[in-house]
Order: sequence, then C-alpha cells, then structure tokens
Amino acid sequence: MESTAPPPDAAGPPPGATRSTVTLHVNGVPHRLTLDHRTTALDALRNHLGLTGTKKGCDHGQCGACTVLVDGRRANSCLLLAVTLDGSALTTVEGLADAEGLHPLQTAFVERDAFQCGYCTPGQLCSAAGVLQEAADGHPCHVTPDTAQPGAPVELTAEEIRERMSGNLCRCGAYPRIVEAIGDATAHPAAPPVPHAVHGLGAVSVHERREAAS
Amino acid sequence: MKPFAYLRPATVEEAVRARATHPGSAFLGGGTNLVDLMKLGVSGPELLIDVGRLPLDRIEELPDGGLRIGATVRNSDLAAAPAVRERYPVLSQALLAGASGQLRNAATTGGNLLQRTRCLYFQDVSVPCNKRRPGSGCPAVEGVHRDLAVLGHSAHCVATQPSDMAVALAALDAAVEVTGPDGDRTVPVTAFHRLPGEHPERDTVLEPGELITAVRLPPPRPLAHGHYRKARDRASYAFALVSVAALLEVRDGVVHHAALAYGGLAPRPWRAAAAEEALRGAPATADAFGRAADAELSAARPLRDNGFKVELARRLTVSVLARLAARHR
Repeated sequence: MESTAPPPDAAGPPPGATRSTVTLHVNGVPHRLTLDHRTTALDALRNHLGLTGTKKGCDHGQCGACTVLVDGRRANSCLLLAVTLDGSALTTVEGLADAEGLHPLQTAFVERDAFQCGYCTPGQLCSAAGVLQEAADGHPCHVTPDTAQPGAPVELTAEEIRERMSGNLCRCGAYPRIVEAIGDATAHPAAPPVPHAVHGLGAVSVHERREAAS
Repeated sequence: MKPFAYLRPATVEEAVRARATHPGSAFLGGGTNLVDLMKLGVSGPELLIDVGRLPLDRIEELPDGGLRIGATVRNSDLAAAPAVRERYPVLSQALLAGASGQLRNAATTGGNLLQRTRCLYFQDVSVPCNKRRPGSGCPAVEGVHRDLAVLGHSAHCVATQPSDMAVALAALDAAVEVTGPDGDRTVPVTAFHRLPGEHPERDTVLEPGELITAVRLPPPRPLAHGHYRKARDRASYAFALVSVAALLEVRDGVVHHAALAYGGLAPRPWRAAAAEEALRGAPATADAFGRAADAELSAARPLRDNGFKVELARRLTVSVLARLAARHR
C-alpha cells in the first residue's frame, strides 16, 4: 500500500453511518458511488456498474473467478470491501483490450482454446495479467529456485505458471491449455502490462472530490 | 453480513483511539480473512477501522543487522524483498507456500499473524464451537479433525493456527511490536499465540485495543542455512497438514545451532525446543535428526484421524535437516 495514500476525506461519512461515497476508477473511467459498507468490489462492479464480466464463483476467496487488478495488482474482488478502495484504479476483463484489439492474453486464450464453459476465464485472464507483471517485477513464487537473483525478472516456465495460477480454479479442467496460452503470451513482444498501476490516481480523485464538495 | 460503520484513520494514534472508544469495533487489514468471517457471520463488528493504508508499509534495516517489517507490508512484497530473500530465505519460502498470488497481494504482515483457524466448526455458525461461542462445546474432538492439532490442544479446542509466515517467524526468533491504550510493547512470536486451555476464544496475547505495528527480525546467523517445507493435500494453494521451518548451522559434521518450528500441528507455531536441545552438539546425520524429531513429537496426543501427522512431521524434519546439512559439506 502506498504510504502516500491521501488522508480520508475530512467531510467523510458521519460516525455510525453504514454507507459512504467512494470514487472507483474502473478501466480508466471514474465512478462516484454511494455504497453500503458491506458492498464488495465484486458486487460494486457487477450490480452497481453493470460490469458483469467479473464473475462470482465461491464468494469466499477460494476460486479466483472474481480476480481483478487493483492499482495494477491482482486481487480477489469478493474479499475487498469497495469502501476501502476509494481512489483506486480497477482493471476488469472488460478493460484488458484496447483500441488496438485484444490483449495478447486474450488472443492466446482464443488461439489455444483455453476454456470450455468460460465462467472462470475473466478471472484467469486478469490473474494471468497480474502474473506477467509480477514475473517482470522479479517477484518469486513457491517453485522459483533459491538461486534466482532477487529482483531480476523471472522466466515463466510451465511450472512457474501452474504455481502462480493456483488461485484460479477451472472446473472444466482446461488447465493444460491455460498454461500454454499464458506461455504464448509471455513470448509476445508487447506482452505484459495492462494499463499499469496508476498510483497517483488516488490523489487525483480526492482532489476532484474536494472540488466537488467546495 | 451485519451493517457496520467504517473509519480509515490516517495515523496509528487515531486508529488506537478509535478502537478504544468503540468496544464493538475491529481493525481491518487486507481483509482476506476478516471479510470472509463477516460474510460467514462468525465476526460482526459494528465499526471497521481500516488500518490497511496506515504508513506502516516499510521494511527497514535495523542498526543491529536485523529487519523491521511494517504491519501493512503485503505478504507478496515481503516475500519478494531482496533483504528477505537473501538473508531470511525461510521467511520468503514460507510466505510463498501460503495462499494464492491474489491473496498474498492483499494480505498484510499484521493480519497474517491474526488470521483465525480454518477449523470447519469454527467457520460454521450453525454448530457449537468453544472458540466462537465459549462453553458451547467442540464437535471437532469427535468429528472432522484430520487437519487439526496433535500438540498443545485442550479438551476445549483442537484447532490449528493456519499461518505459514508465523512458523518461519517463530524459527527466526522474530518479535511482534504492538501499541495500544497502555503504550507500546514487544512480544516474541513464540509467545504471541496462546494455547487454548479453557479459553480457546482468545487466539493471542493481544489485549483488547492493541494494534500490531511491526515485526522485528534479529540479525541472521551468517553461517546458518534455512528452509521451509510444507506438506499439504494439493501441490499448491492449500493449508499445511504439517510444515517445518528449520535453520541449521553445522561445524565439522556437528550441529552447532538449530532452530525448528512446526506448522499444522498446534494452536500456535510450534517451536520445537526439545528437538533443538537434542540436536545441539549431535552429529549431523539422519539418525540424529530422527531422534531429535522423536524428542519433540513424543509429546504428541493425536486425535482419532490425525495420527499420520506425527510420522509426517518426523519425516519432514529429517528431510529438511538433511537437505540443510548437505549445504554445509
């Protein structure tokens, strides 16, 4: 978490309130939402913003179907309360493609036929996008050799991909093709990032909100 | 889920003050366990105090050569930190053996230590559980307990502490820095989680209102090697049946220093003092490693269906120590 995160809005909710107004930047578009504090990021996306690409599987952080990128990092949106994400940038499966066309991961999933029913696919794609970034940033995983140079980019072998994607279940069992598709995407020259990080946007949103309030 | 108020304090002081003035409140870190428990009805705070963005996200070098890990450092960032990978590989390995990439990106250092047991009965509000509802009983003793405790449990609770990170921290002699209404204090990780006794509802020695601010690692022993090994039902993304965090320093074929902690066996990360005593000065051989494991595990009191954990722990111990000893040759 950024230590430079802005302080909570001075004009925040009154003590005891069970709803708050937050700004979520979803796929590059800011949305101001007044939400019950119980609303997860997953439910905010699906029920309040109509972005139903992100799927609800187990709703307990065990299946990965709800995976989105939050400030460039993958997370289970079913376990994130939307109120905690005020000012954050979210990328969902709807935001992976750009004007140039599909994200290389999406192309690879199509070419490899890396799904059957498709329900887990949005989560697989967003998780894989996070994996590409984590490997490029030198983040190790459970199967990365101890001898790997800390901080150096990690080569995504099939074993690395399987371990890093273990938080995404596929009940159709499309795993072999999913691993191949992600492997293809790593070889793509324009591979990794999705609209990266966006760390400054929090400050922008608070600025906007203060202007709106004044 | 019950409705709740929400507060995101800017400072530790503000967070502690808010917690002290609202008895029905709870601190929220990454939320990977607490939000789930709120969905399940196991936890129902009236006010969530979000400490996930407090400025406690740094890993600092200490003058003595140790590290101070801020409470809001994410598990994935801690596992990837070069200082941790180079000097405390057992900690990086333990973190990476836990949960999934998504969860590690959200989970905090402080929250990881405070995660609750995954005992089925604790997470199901339709059945009794002494940890969730004191005095209601423990169906796990006669029920589904294959993954529960063989050491340190009581007639009232047989739950295990699920953190991998905490097992490595126990072996490393880490300490937890906490602050609260009565000031600051430091608690060794090995004394941080309580044994259940007659009060399984209290997981840790934290007093109401106390907040974890950091975890402190002593300087690494330059000649010791460390390793974390976890046995589980799946190759990835499963809690430990048994795990072992070990540090070993061998000189001239003899064990000079050993630190050993188990996960999956007990209500807390189980520092194996008897095994360490048996190892000190012993030859660095598989036989000696097995005898050391026996010295610790002879105290085990398995339940009907989890006796396999004792033999599994013994084999993991021998395997991990042999691997570390080989690096001294």
